[in-house]
Amino acid sequence: MSARSRTLALHGAVVAAILALHFILPDYHHGILARTMVLAVYAMAYNVMFGYTGLLSLGHALFFAAGMYGMGLSSIHLGFSPGPAIVCGVAAAFAVSLIVGILALRTSGVALMIVTLMFAQAGWYLVLYFGEYTRGDEGFVIPRAARMLAGFDLADASNRYIAALVLFAFGLVVTLKAVESRFGRVLVAIRENEERARMLGYDVFRYKLGAVVLSGTLSGLAGACYGILFGYVGATFASVQYSILPLLWVLLGGASTVLGPFVGTYFMTYLIDISSAYTTAYMLVAGVVLVVLTLFARQGIMGEVRRRLIPWLP
Amino acid sequence: MDFGPYLVLAVLEGSVQAAVLALTAVGLSLVFGVMRVVNVAHGEFFMLGAVAAWAIAQSFAGHPAVGFIAALVFAPLLVGLIATGADMVILKRLGYDPENTIVATIGMLYIIQQLTLMTYGPDARPVPPPFNTRLSIPWFEWGDGGLALVWPWGLSTTSYKLAVIAAAAVILVALWLAISRTRAGLIMRATQQDREMAQAFGMPVAWVNALVFGLGAGLAALAAVLIVPIQQAHYLMGEEPLLLSFIVVIIGGLGSLAGTVAAAILIGMSDGIISVFFSPTLAKILSTLLVAMVLVFRPQGLFGHPPR
Repeated sequence: MSARSRTLALHGAVVAAILALHFILPDYHHGILARTMVLAVYAMAYNVMFGYTGLLSLGHALFFAAGMYGMGLSSIHLGFSPGPAIVCGVAAAFAVSLIVGILALRTSGVALMIVTLMFAQAGWYLVLYFGEYTRGDEGFVIPRAARMLAGFDLADASNRYIAALVLFAFGLVVTLKAVESRFGRVLVAIRENEERARMLGYDVFRYKLGAVVLSGTLSGLAGACYGILFGYVGATFASVQYSILPLLWVLLGGASTVLGPFVGTYFMTYLIDISSAYTTAYMLVAGVVLVVLTLFARQGIMGEVRRRLIPWLP
Repeated sequence: MDFGPYLVLAVLEGSVQAAVLALTAVGLSLVFGVMRVVNVAHGEFFMLGAVAAWAIAQSFAGHPAVGFIAALVFAPLLVGLIATGADMVILKRLGYDPENTIVATIGMLYIIQQLTLMTYGPDARPVPPPFNTRLSIPWFEWGDGGLALVWPWGLSTTSYKLAVIAAAAVILVALWLAISRTRAGLIMRATQQDREMAQAFGMPVAWVNALVFGLGAGLAALAAVLIVPIQQAHYLMGEEPLLLSFIVVIIGGLGSLAGTVAAAILIGMSDGIISVFFSPTLAKILSTLLVAMVLVFRPQGLFGHPPR
């Protein structure tokens, strides 16, 4: 089998397996998997910047929230139907990531992390400041009538699962395409040695900006879809916790692997779900996992799989 | 009240904020300057200091001053020890790689915060101040008989708040003397300037790192003990000092102590004053955007010198 068809077969099989699970899984786990798929798209978007380009952002919640609020606010206040509302959210995330990228990419390393963190904090405070429209921490519910997409009622669990799967498959295709393309190869070259890439004649800033915008826009798409699928938009999704979570998911699943973000999101969701049955301090698990990963397993789950079992894993 | 007395009140509140913030931020700045570690868990060491102060003050019966003084001594020591241990167990093994240490300290943030939630609980608890006399402040007003001294209602402070400002100033001066005049301070500065050269000259760089991390955390805890009679101890209280310390350290210039103190006074005062007259959220939006812009356009900080 050629490398290309091998890759297609693997990822096709994953999507088919999730589709098969739709008919098997009990309600509760069915719901968790649907939510995980949407959040995994967010993690995949984060991975484009962190895993492949080597840019560590601590402010991705800004892009996720830009998509979510772009969708939610246009739906509630302007009466947009789901299609245009999602487009609105994606456009907002595109604009925000372009501006943040142009400014933040003037810095690198630790300064980049702090700049992205500060922009995201400012975004979160903005949501709280305009509480009149955003309803702040409390958030707002998207009414069922505004969640009918092309005749499908997205409030229905079954439709929601399929919609999440379509989004997930789209996310997989976009990241695979990006990673295997010339653009993706240059991103990896920048991660490995920025000076060398620059010396070879690549406009490093433009490629990095491309990575930030692709990552931010895809995060915004995930945010907009999360809002419309689960019918709720709130300031929590703009808070620093939602900037840390994708980092955690990607590290756990394996940075710079295409399936890693999904695996990490799925594992982490269950870890938090199980521990929250025992204690209110369930974020303790997140802390322990972060420390243990940085100390002992920088590769993450799929990184280990690639190292030991499937060396061709994209 | 008129505008004038309001302003006096805002400046007083701002000075208390600035004093505590300066201590916290100097701790963060020391850790960054000497170890090149961005300690995201710094706010949690602040919180631990406040919680430890509550626990220690609880265990002493009698006059509140006894428990408070015990807390002032033991809470920073305890927190410093915890941080030193965390450095030796976690950060040292990461080789102080900048990105890995940030991720690890984010992990430490959640571990400390959530363990506190499990043991101390979600309630906010007060620590009684050792002394707390209400001091009214006079104000001048043009009355019938010319300039007269009046005592506007509400324009007052407490002896404890003034003591916090004085204590912070004393601690900062002592710290500055320790860094610039003692042998330990000299070793610390040598490590800051050139870690490898310091090691080559036989300085115990690993110990310097562990102790500086403990000292930084201890300073945050000390600031928390000072503020806890005014604010209550709560497991989420570390978030705000963390953000403000970041802002201060960056605006003051990374690793510069004098710049950090100057920026703490600027940010603490303006935060206090803006919050009194406008919305606190607006103040935060402006200061976070200011920090981002300073880092983008003037990475050496407002008070720092450009690198050679």
